[in-house]
Amino acid sequence: MISRISRAGALLVAAAALVLNGCAARTAPPARELPAPAASDGHDRHSASALETARVGYAAADVEFMQRMIHHHAQALVMTGLVAGRADRRELELLAGRIDASQRSEIESMRRWLEKRGEHAPDPSHAHHDAMTSMPGMLTDAQLAELRAATGATFDRLFLERMIQHHEGALSMVADLFATPGAGQESEIFRFATDVDADQRAEIARMRNLLNTIPATPNTR
Amino acid sequence: MTSKTLLALLATATLLTARETRAQLDSTPARSTDPRVGLAGGLDDAREAAWNLRHVVHRPRAEGWYDPDDLGTLRYSSSDLAFRGNVVFQGAFHGLQAWDVSTPADPRRIMALPCPGGQGDVSVHGNLLFMSVEETRGRVDCGTQGIIDTVSSERFRGVRIFDISDVANPRPVALVQTCRGSHTHTLVTDPRDAANVYIYVSGTSRVRSPSELAGCSGRPPEEDPNTSYFRIEVIQVPVAAPQNARIVNMPRIFADSAGAIAGLWQGGTHGEGTQRTAVTNQCHDITVYGEIGLAAGACAGNGILLDVSDPANPRRIDEVSDPNFAYWHSATFSNDGRKVIFTDEWGGGTQPRCRATDRPEWGADAIFSIEMRKMRFRSYYKIPAPQTSAENCVAHNGSLIPVPGRDIMVQGWYQGGISVFDFTDPTKPVEIAFFDRGPVSDTSLVIAGFWAGYWYNGRIYGSEMARGLDIFELQPSEYLTQNEIDAAKLVQVDVLNPQNQKRIVWPAQFVVARAYVDGLMRRDAKRRSWGQGVHAELARAEKGPAAARRTALARLATRLDRDAANAPDAETVRALAGVVRELGTSAR
Repeated sequence: MISRISRAGALLVAAAALVLNGCAARTAPPARELPAPAASDGHDRHSASALETARVGYAAADVEFMQRMIHHHAQALVMTGLVAGRADRRELELLAGRIDASQRSEIESMRRWLEKRGEHAPDPSHAHHDAMTSMPGMLTDAQLAELRAATGATFDRLFLERMIQHHEGALSMVADLFATPGAGQESEIFRFATDVDADQRAEIARMRNLLNTIPATPNTR
Repeated sequence: MTSKTLLALLATATLLTARETRAQLDSTPARSTDPRVGLAGGLDDAREAAWNLRHVVHRPRAEGWYDPDDLGTLRYSSSDLAFRGNVVFQGAFHGLQAWDVSTPADPRRIMALPCPGGQGDVSVHGNLLFMSVEETRGRVDCGTQGIIDTVSSERFRGVRIFDISDVANPRPVALVQTCRGSHTHTLVTDPRDAANVYIYVSGTSRVRSPSELAGCSGRPPEEDPNTSYFRIEVIQVPVAAPQNARIVNMPRIFADSAGAIAGLWQGGTHGEGTQRTAVTNQCHDITVYGEIGLAAGACAGNGILLDVSDPANPRRIDEVSDPNFAYWHSATFSNDGRKVIFTDEWGGGTQPRCRATDRPEWGADAIFSIEMRKMRFRSYYKIPAPQTSAENCVAHNGSLIPVPGRDIMVQGWYQGGISVFDFTDPTKPVEIAFFDRGPVSDTSLVIAGFWAGYWYNGRIYGSEMARGLDIFELQPSEYLTQNEIDAAKLVQVDVLNPQNQKRIVWPAQFVVARAYVDGLMRRDAKRRSWGQGVHAELARAEKGPAAARRTALARLATRLDRDAANAPDAETVRALAGVVRELGTSAR
């Protein structure tokens, strides 16, 4: 059974013209009184209405989540791009390599999800500054500059602290998504957000462990 | 030999015909001649390749159970299967269906109940049917409109229980809500307690709000010892009063000896060049084998063995990890309980992971032997034919094929098709049959393929995510004789839930003895004349009058027991002797 259906795949599903109303989930009819569900032999189910009601669409909040998360991920790539030449620990390079690969793949998935639905898919390399700083966990310019200036064990420690902060921001974006009425209902977005949540939680735990092995007042190289 | 080399060799070996020479083995690039390579795509008209399998019939998804504009959307994907009598229950992310397969060449859809929420994993026990729901769109009333409120008493995530006395009209009798929903579940029966059955719930999603379901906590264990992570739920279902089903235990089966509940794999790599393995804070699927008192849990970052002699209180007795596994996904025991196969769902099932560039030991099956209730790694198995980037492919669900004296499994590999392989020698798994279609689309990845391939009462049933249902029959080959197929078909059960394994027992019939002999002969060329002799004696005895048959078979059984003493596979020879002896004593 599918688990942690990921990214590229879940969202690479057949290209299709957007038929759904972008707000279908929010405009769905109110819950009806709950009789036992009606079974059938399946052949009576081709009525258009049956199909329409089965289409739990995506909500505007889903689109916004994907668009914002692309920018959020893009900053993680900026951070991982600083590792080479600055990091002291080999483990840090490995960790950064993994984060880099998974965030890139997720960016592609998010872009496909948006494109397939005819929604604007932001180019991660052209983010608006405002968009970048208004999201939870995002590093400020000053924090980025501080990271850029660091080397050795100081860099290692700072990188982990900032990446944990950054990942926690992503978790809070997922939490906000599911706390938005009508959002996170569509199977694909449910999976994607679930996966981001699971992966980033796991990475936070690993980074905390790694952080614990680095002295608080490190000797610089 | 490394497992990688072994797999490459196996890949080559399965493609060779008897006439091909050793020189070709050395010079021909592996895989290039596999008929599964280069199959043209299409939803209904993809090209197909079959080897030692006959495709009996195909049935597409029902009208209304797919989105013509989005053929691969998970919203409508078919999922797992369960079997009772002549009925095949097929789960889907969109609901529940049933097929009457009394006439296997003409399966009839007899029920289609929209009831969304994914994944729709199903099991049956008597007149009860259980179904997994995990998504936030799942509704108490099976409605298809989703739920707008973020906290709602109308939301359902957990295990639905239906009464299926009338298969065409399932009647909801109970709903058991869980914090992470139910990604999969496993039916567990207690031989000492027929009044209750148990459901092990594997939830893999986010934890929901405690305002929606009291007690749920998505906080990490260091902040909240009552976190909803790092556990499974055990539901007790009184068979006569299923409406009273309730969670009776939430065992911390990943705890270490010091009691830390996050005691197993912490997530991450195993060193440079290894796979990144998920953290063990959940099981993805659990397979219970009650007759040996064990369950195998495929639990994200680990494969674990559970002692389930007290079904309500599963207790972990062993765990393994693997540097090539990304996500421990499902498990299947051998019939003797001395081997267990775990699958690795690298990429989550929606990624192309069987390309020529993907490592053969990643996204594969890992075969373990079990000795003194401890697991030991033996080898990997992955389908040997490379698939395209337009085909999601990785190891997925399967079951045993009951061929006497051999360990054979059929398995779905999503768009990698159906693969049948022999793992009698756990160090040398070998493919013996397959079926494959081209991708749904030649140009883009449309999620589809075989969620599962299961053997049930003589046939192989495939649940195709985007294409519906397929039924296959095994064909005799140099890897499997007609005797072996006929013996497998003799095993008839009333019900099959593949994650609730039951011991396979063969009736004492001549064809079962012959199947054992065929297998023994294949395994060792030096046994040829020995086997021919046994076959001749069986044939003579079968034709003779009862008294002579009794004598001849008793004599043969004694001789076989003697032969067993010197055989490397003594147990198989002794099993053959046992069948022959029983044939003799029952002769009249």
